[in-house]
Amino acid sequence: MSKFKKKTGGGTPAISTASLPDIVFMLLFFFMVTTVMREVTLKVENKKPKATEIKKLERKSLVTYIYAGAPKKAYQSQMGTEPRVQLNDAFARVKEIQNYVITEREAINEAERPLMTVSIKADKEVKMGLITDIKQELRKANTLKINYSTTKGEVYNN
Amino acid sequence: MADIAFLLLIFFLVTTTMDVDSGINRKLPPWEPEQLQDPPPIKKKNIFTVLVNSNDQLLVEEQLMDIEDLREATKRFLNNNGDGSCDYCVGGLQSPTSSDNPGKAIVSLQNDRGTSYDIYIAVQNELAAAYNELRNELAQRQYGRDYENLSDDQMDEVQDAYPQKISEAEPVSLGG
Repeated sequence: MSKFKKKTGGGTPAISTASLPDIVFMLLFFFMVTTVMREVTLKVENKKPKATEIKKLERKSLVTYIYAGAPKKAYQSQMGTEPRVQLNDAFARVKEIQNYVITEREAINEAERPLMTVSIKADKEVKMGLITDIKQELRKANTLKINYSTTKGEVYNN
Repeated sequence: MADIAFLLLIFFLVTTTMDVDSGINRKLPPWEPEQLQDPPPIKKKNIFTVLVNSNDQLLVEEQLMDIEDLREATKRFLNNNGDGSCDYCVGGLQSPTSSDNPGKAIVSLQNDRGTSYDIYIAVQNELAAAYNELRNELAQRQYGRDYENLSDDQMDEVQDAYPQKISEAEPVSLGG
């Protein structure tokens, strides 16, 4: 009849799960904020070359993307295997780049137009002939700031 | 409540792409339909020519070179200090056949239409690395800090000391 009865059995008490929703919400908000939705479906192969002297692209709203590479397997029956240019969601000819870039530039507010950057996302198997053609078109469209999209890594292992 | 939160959490987990876009920044020359009649005269020794053929071989100053050696060769050329006017060029060889001073030195890059993009980026990267390393060394000597951590004024000063002059010629068929 002692007041201090020895607790026996019962094992370890269950961990309180009251804070579980808090933790889940915290993670949820983290991922919601950091998520960037894919804007285009890639129709061309896109294995970027490696480089070490790279700079981050800032101000995503001022960046226009041009993809180049061999068409993916599913499109090879129509497009062949030669490297092609992709603008937005469709294959394009090199000649169309000029118009595309100008349209994109019109969409940017006037004060920020000189800051517009074109990011060339080319596959590493692409030959320089195509890249040069793209560059010439960009020069004609007078968009001179470009960025060769690369991943970080030593160039010698390419 | 927690179930819905979980559901959303898993959705965002799956759709998240964490990659940040990064790459090598370059500026293209403006389009000019007609070539200038008289390009300004530049001494041949102030030009460092890099040619890349369609087999991805490098010809640097008329000598075959591996990509691994390009960075050092470029640094040697930029830091040559041929006319002795560059007081911050440490270890300049003062060779009479190489550049006068970093301000006059120009790197000329030409590639073939059949050159692969991969090697082109590698060359661009090595050239940029040569400039960045020289700027970093100068920043360390003068201010005791990395180039990246300098104030804007100091950065401009170091940039003027080693101006990045990379000229790209239109590709030709170099053969090979």
